[in-house]
Amino acid sequence: MDDLVRLLTLRDANTRVVLLGATLLGIAAALVGTFAVLRKRSLMGDAVAHAALPGIACAYFVAGRSFVALLVGALVFGVLSAAFVSLVKATTRIKEDAAIALAIGGFFGLGVVLSRIAQNQPGGNRAGLDTFIYGKAASMVSADARLILAAAVVLALATALLHKEFKLLCFDRDFAATQGWPTLGLDLLLMGLVCVCTVVGLPAVGVVLMVALLIIPAAAARFWTDRLGPMLALAAGFGGASGMLGVALSAVVPAPASTLSRGWPTGPLIVLVAAGIFVASMIGAPRRGLVADLVRRVRLRRRVALQNLLRDAFERGEETGDPARPWTPRDLRRPVRGETLRRAVARGLARPGTAGFVLTPEGQAAAARVIRAHRLWELFLIEQAAIAPDHVDRDADEIEHVLPASVIAALEARLAAVDRDGPRETPIVPPSPHAPGATP
Amino acid sequence: MKLAGPEAAGIHARAAVPAAAGRAGVGVSVEVHDVTVAYGRKPVLWDVDLVLPEGRLVAIVGPNGAGKSTLLKAILGLVPLASGRVTIFGEPLRRVRREIGYVPQRETVDWDFPIDALGVVLMGRYGRLGWIRRPGRADREAARECLRQVGMEDFAGRQISQLSGGQQQRVFLARALAQDARLYFMDEPFAGVDAATETAIVEVLRRMREAGRTVVAVHHDLQTVPEYFDHVVLLNMRLVASGPVEATFTRENLQRAYGGRLTLLDEAAEAIRRGGGGA
Amino acid sequence: MSWHTIGGYEVRADDLWTVATAAACSVSCGLVGCFLVLRRLSLLGDAISHAILPGLAIAFMVSGSRSPGPMLVGAMAVGVLTALLSSGLSRWGRVPADSSMGVVFTTLFAVGVILISFAARDVDLDPGCVLYGSVEMTPLDLVPVLGVEMPRALAFLGVVLLVNTAAVVVFYKELKIVCFDPYLATTMGISAAAVHYGLMTLVAATSVASFESVGSILVVAMLVAPGATAHLLTDRLSRMLWIAAGVAALAAVVGYAMAVALDTSVAGMIATVALGQFVLAALASPGQGIIAKQVRRLGLAARICREDALGILFRCQENAGGGLSAREFRSRVGGGGALGRAVVRWMRWVGLVEAGARGEVRLTSRGLEESSRVVRGHRLWESYLASRAGVDPSRVHEPAHRAEHYLSDSMRDRLQDEVKERSDPHGREIP
Repeated sequence: MDDLVRLLTLRDANTRVVLLGATLLGIAAALVGTFAVLRKRSLMGDAVAHAALPGIACAYFVAGRSFVALLVGALVFGVLSAAFVSLVKATTRIKEDAAIALAIGGFFGLGVVLSRIAQNQPGGNRAGLDTFIYGKAASMVSADARLILAAAVVLALATALLHKEFKLLCFDRDFAATQGWPTLGLDLLLMGLVCVCTVVGLPAVGVVLMVALLIIPAAAARFWTDRLGPMLALAAGFGGASGMLGVALSAVVPAPASTLSRGWPTGPLIVLVAAGIFVASMIGAPRRGLVADLVRRVRLRRRVALQNLLRDAFERGEETGDPARPWTPRDLRRPVRGETLRRAVARGLARPGTAGFVLTPEGQAAAARVIRAHRLWELFLIEQAAIAPDHVDRDADEIEHVLPASVIAALEARLAAVDRDGPRETPIVPPSPHAPGATP
Repeated sequence: MKLAGPEAAGIHARAAVPAAAGRAGVGVSVEVHDVTVAYGRKPVLWDVDLVLPEGRLVAIVGPNGAGKSTLLKAILGLVPLASGRVTIFGEPLRRVRREIGYVPQRETVDWDFPIDALGVVLMGRYGRLGWIRRPGRADREAARECLRQVGMEDFAGRQISQLSGGQQQRVFLARALAQDARLYFMDEPFAGVDAATETAIVEVLRRMREAGRTVVAVHHDLQTVPEYFDHVVLLNMRLVASGPVEATFTRENLQRAYGGRLTLLDEAAEAIRRGGGGA
Repeated sequence: MSWHTIGGYEVRADDLWTVATAAACSVSCGLVGCFLVLRRLSLLGDAISHAILPGLAIAFMVSGSRSPGPMLVGAMAVGVLTALLSSGLSRWGRVPADSSMGVVFTTLFAVGVILISFAARDVDLDPGCVLYGSVEMTPLDLVPVLGVEMPRALAFLGVVLLVNTAAVVVFYKELKIVCFDPYLATTMGISAAAVHYGLMTLVAATSVASFESVGSILVVAMLVAPGATAHLLTDRLSRMLWIAAGVAALAAVVGYAMAVALDTSVAGMIATVALGQFVLAALASPGQGIIAKQVRRLGLAARICREDALGILFRCQENAGGGLSAREFRSRVGGGGALGRAVVRWMRWVGLVEAGARGEVRLTSRGLEESSRVVRGHRLWESYLASRAGVDPSRVHEPAHRAEHYLSDSMRDRLQDEVKERSDPHGREIP
């Protein structure tokens, strides 16, 4: 409890730095990652991140421990790996996925070799690789946080200024090319931004988890919106929140008692928070979420079942010539579920009688509306869209349940000949085009 | 960039004698000189030599695999040429890019992209905006007007995957309109669209022609060629015929394009393929 | 410490064990990797090899030991889970395929890191070893197998190698057809899904066996590089598998030797060598390589240049009876460039052309024979295009100029049969 208070009030300078750094990193990675995900290049980030290792090792040989040199080295190799992937894809029969995997494994192998050699040199750093892969967010110092801040500002600026260009590139590359935009250059620039972000984040969260920060917030944000602007904002929010919550949790939550470990590692916790946001988004997002999807599907199925029931009951009335004649579910053309029947009764569309069910006047009217829409649509398809009449019924079956009232109204207007005398209480049901003697 | 005003180009179109399209009378929009294109080692276009008139609706027709889309992409610089060159309005492509509109085949687009119909149309204005500048209110208005022209103004805020095939096509047509280009390339604009959209597209194409624009479209429906287009290019890996529809769209030419390929020509193509493309 | 003598060099037994372990790892990865490359699932291999971390950690915690049984089960379960989750996310969540893989494997990796950081204090699972392996250490941990003391890792990898080989041999046909056309396979009653998840299980098992030796990231290179290299070297699946196995073993041996020489990580060096092999194959493969393509192109350009030169002289002699001045000839062949000059020199050397009485260049009788064949092809082609293919006579020269270099003798004869004329559309005689 005391820890939590200390954390939330940011009293501890060290926690403040780590919290700020992780939050900013999450935001920056999410902004760049959104475009990488939309460009279907999210795993290129993986390759670029792994390729940073040999770059860092090379820079170490050349310039020692200068951080700028390490950054430049990582950038150079990151772009090199992106170029390797493009080149392999363009000049050989090897596909992009294998090229990316080759870059990940091969460049990383080179990095391991080089950094081991570097470590063997006098004065070499012994604890290089582990940090590189897993990251050590807790040991972030204010210089790191400042660097992340600078990178975040640059990345945010770049994505804001080039928003339009990247959008075009991701959505429709060919179109962008015909318009004279340098698509290759933009692609490389995007990869360069991914690279900057990765390199800056490596010391904090490590290679693999950096990839997570690039991909997961963007993928989560996609569930909530169908527009790019809000998606970027949401992704940035998710990324920032993951960083912040991850750090907070690792500072607050004690490790399981059975272990000797002092606490939860920060980097993986950040990723787990992001993953939690992703799962919550996937399940709970309105419209694109799984639950919304399920609800929609159940509703549609219910509506279709009810309308089918009404239609069948109505048509049975037409066949027998007596709409008031009771029927049982077995009399109808399609099987009826008890639940559907109960709902029809509950809504006052049908009512149970002694010998079976009958449609109420409301039910009659509703059935007539459904059938009318169905037959209007049939006619529309035949007359307007030159679709062979044989195929019409199946299409109409699906579409009449989907058709909103406004479209039905439009159809009515279009097929004015059907109903010249204006609207009436009970709509006229036009004859089905399948009926003998009907003119197609 | 100054685009050709509708009046000026319109006079062009009307002053032309329809039968004399090609080299004389009408302005030239696209010139294709001996273009050969190969995918990998397989030539898909072979020695195509072509002059298209300005201010006309041009159809590129031919059997499946005839290289129709490839010809379009070759003209637009989207595929590398194994040999030959292309000029547009007498200039190399890169000088006139901003005067060219493009409607891609619908399959090539990522439909799950987070963008609405208006956003897609706005992309048509990006070219004239240049780097970094964002589209403003005037651009939005122009985009809306373009949507209106294709009868899609009610769907401006709809995410594109939630549009029907025909509506998607109309949105892309609206984007082309928003480009306000002099020359349009369309890859199968009528593929998989409903009758209403087809009518709407034809209507828009005619209006474009009246404004003096040139439209070059890959087309698959032979029956509608004489009705919709003025000029036809018959293609079957090689150029079979090109000219005004009345003179060119003949049974004989169609048979040459669609009737079995000449075996020796095929063998030579195969020999060149094995040799590694054009000289 | 025991020493053996191989080819005059003294080699420690430990070195042999290490190389054998590395090779077993590399070859078993290379075999399954071929199918990953062909099925375009390389990145799923990457994802699985990262994601098995929590499987390992859980197996650890539950069984409390590092014995292969629980670890295999844990890793295979998580490996298949990765494949299932990735495809589930992209199907039901409408997440792009690559992103869904990224989401799944990074999350699982994070879970794994947390579990290991808790477990690391109790058991000897070293986070560093997980990443880049410690194949150098394998000879330190020996177990008796069939009366021989061999490294535990090698015993484990040997079994995996046997299983992989057996699976590839037994299910060769099924794997082949599923790689080529999953839908066709399904219609033929071979469940593409079963083969897919079977393959993923093998990948997971191979990854976990390779884990100790090469780590979770370098195993990606071992999985994909040999298959990709072999894919560049052959067009047949059976050969591709053999080549991949050979290339993988070679990478292990060379990698080990270089690592020892440079005093650096063996696993890292093997991955580097594997990448190097791929680059080499991409450059120098006889069929697919960039160099081979350039050589072929150059050869073709030289032939076209020579035939053009012959054509120029033939037409010249046909019109005026005389040859061309040496200077003009040089400037017209190949545009006077380096290739053209080389071709002219070569033609003189082999006796296709000679210097005439006034210093002009003339065709020799052999040159005349060869040039008339070229010109004949050209003019037959022109006639054919004009009379049979309906090409406008004014436009037949360019295509014929291109085609003349590719016509075989039999095609020329068939052209002769098709074309009845004795002269080309420009009225010149067909030789």
